[in-house]
Amino acid sequence: MNNSSGAAVRLDDVRKTYKTGEVEVQAVRGVSIEIGRGEFVALMGSSGSGKSTLMNIIGCLDRPTAGRYFLDGEDVSSLSRDDLADVRNRKLGFVFQNFNLLARTSALENVELPLLYSNVALTSVQLREKAEEVLAAVGLEGRGDHTPSQLSGGQQQRVAIARALINDPEVLLADEPTGNLDSRTSVEVMGIFQGLNDKGITIIMVTHEADIASYARRNIVMKDGVVRNDMTVQSRLNAVTELERITAGEPLEAAV
Amino acid sequence: MTSKNFARRLRLISTFKIAGRALRRNKLRSALTALGIIIGVGAVIAMVSIGNGAKAQVEAQIAGLGENVILIFSGSTTASGIRTGWGGAGTLKIEDAEAIRREVPQVTLVSEEVVSNAQVMAGNQNWFTRIYGESADYFDLRQWPLADGAPFTNQDVRSANKVCVIGRTTATQIFGSEDVIGQVLRVKNVPFQITGVLTPKGLSSQGTDQDDIVIMPYTSAMKRVLGGGTTLRNINAQVASPRDLQPVQQQIIALLRQRHNIREGRDDDFTVRTQEEIAAAATATTETMTALLAGVAVISLVVGGIGIMNIMLVSVTERTREIGTRMAVGAHGRDILTQFLIEAMTLSVVGGIIGIITGIVASKIIALLKNWSSLISPTSIILAFVVSAGVGIFFGFYPARKAAQLDPIDALRYE
Repeated sequence: MNNSSGAAVRLDDVRKTYKTGEVEVQAVRGVSIEIGRGEFVALMGSSGSGKSTLMNIIGCLDRPTAGRYFLDGEDVSSLSRDDLADVRNRKLGFVFQNFNLLARTSALENVELPLLYSNVALTSVQLREKAEEVLAAVGLEGRGDHTPSQLSGGQQQRVAIARALINDPEVLLADEPTGNLDSRTSVEVMGIFQGLNDKGITIIMVTHEADIASYARRNIVMKDGVVRNDMTVQSRLNAVTELERITAGEPLEAAV
Repeated sequence: MTSKNFARRLRLISTFKIAGRALRRNKLRSALTALGIIIGVGAVIAMVSIGNGAKAQVEAQIAGLGENVILIFSGSTTASGIRTGWGGAGTLKIEDAEAIRREVPQVTLVSEEVVSNAQVMAGNQNWFTRIYGESADYFDLRQWPLADGAPFTNQDVRSANKVCVIGRTTATQIFGSEDVIGQVLRVKNVPFQITGVLTPKGLSSQGTDQDDIVIMPYTSAMKRVLGGGTTLRNINAQVASPRDLQPVQQQIIALLRQRHNIREGRDDDFTVRTQEEIAAAATATTETMTALLAGVAVISLVVGGIGIMNIMLVSVTERTREIGTRMAVGAHGRDILTQFLIEAMTLSVVGGIIGIITGIVASKIIALLKNWSSLISPTSIILAFVVSAGVGIFFGFYPARKAAQLDPIDALRYE
């Protein structure tokens, strides 16, 4: 417990090696970072840099081959498959590039999903109330009964963010959250992230777009499996002002 | 421990909810998958019902012979060839029947039987019918009461009186709606007085009209219709209790062998069958038919199960990303396994219930259209239900396990 020191995420010389037949691939070659509570980190790097592997480890979807990983002070480096699932359920929220919403399923039911796998007893009414609450927090009041196909890409990603928030996670993990969105919607999503971060939620976001990364507070750049650069964002973008700037430059009817 | 159990139960309830939602998302697919089971279970229920109905009908016919009846035919036949040996060799004498009456005390009723076909006439009407010669015991032995009039008596038999009892069909064909009691029926030009009309029995299992008949004292039949033979086609005997059937059968065999001077090691020149044996032979055929029909139906049930497996496999592949998402937000492999098993079982159990209803309705309709009888046995319903649930588990398990073993990272990236 003395290792926790208030950090949300602490990695100690984490390594990950894949074996593909005879060939060993060292995807992560010793990463030690600490991400405190309330940080907003963008994890960057080109493909093959090891950022996705590192993200999978931070997301408790994968275990490191060597090194230790403390999530919220708890050593999760060598937990079993089921224990990792419980950790994901209690402490993490996921936002994916392709949203990964259940098709033909209402936004409300999509948002409720993590609670169905939690060990907390909630009635259907309580589930619904909680889901409506988080949907409202991402600006989707009254859209609870819409299915993904009835929602725009930006709205779908908001549903996914609401789903990630419903279990009050320690860390919100976003894997290329703007990869499938146009630039305006991307800024909107960054606006939601900044808003959540201002309320104290820790966010770790994988992106390869430098402008998206500048909405975060801290950028960690990976290359060849190691951290190449770890810096505080100097000229941080504010989504609200960016959005105003975009809206001003567009004809009125498009700016809904 | 209890809180852990509670959590597990809670998860199971959630999983039921999840599975229900998944099935509702794919209504058409769910319905089509269940259809395979509906047809399979429906076919099993319908086929078994019709088979049972046929069996019950045959059993009812056999029961119509009377209770605890032993039949003695002249001529020897193999065990399975009861029908071919009927009265073939003419080895049974009237004296044999009398000996049975006299020497086998457990025998309560005996009827000597001769059979012929003849043109019968009355007034200007005539009709071709079967003539049965029997003793006065016959009506009690066959449990065949009269609808009207009185049967002939032992005195009529002893004196070979020209009296007879006729069936409903014969009565209608010759006399129409007239009262037939006391009327004269000419059989081979010999006038017989009608003393009674039998209650209608309907068609036999072979489709012959059992009411198309004239029954007269066997003595009269032998003397006046058959033209003076002395051999009987068969002897019907009744014992008081079913326990006596076997010993009496042996006693009769011993008695007749002695009377016919059959030496040790030689074959009988007669055949003694209990009602049970005749029933067994007759029902064996229908049982074979039922088994055959049920076999075909079971195959269709298995095909339905394979349909479930097929759909579930496709579904697992198609829903790989969904499974990955579920795992990412905290589903255990066991949760996914349970979900897919519940989905498969729901399809097969719901299909099974609808199939049972369909099968019952179908068997009733077929019975009505074809004029067959159908008998729905509770056992076949319970069995069909259990089998359909089992099919769900059996064929759902492999796809479910496949889903549960997916790696969340690969599943999330699956395109």
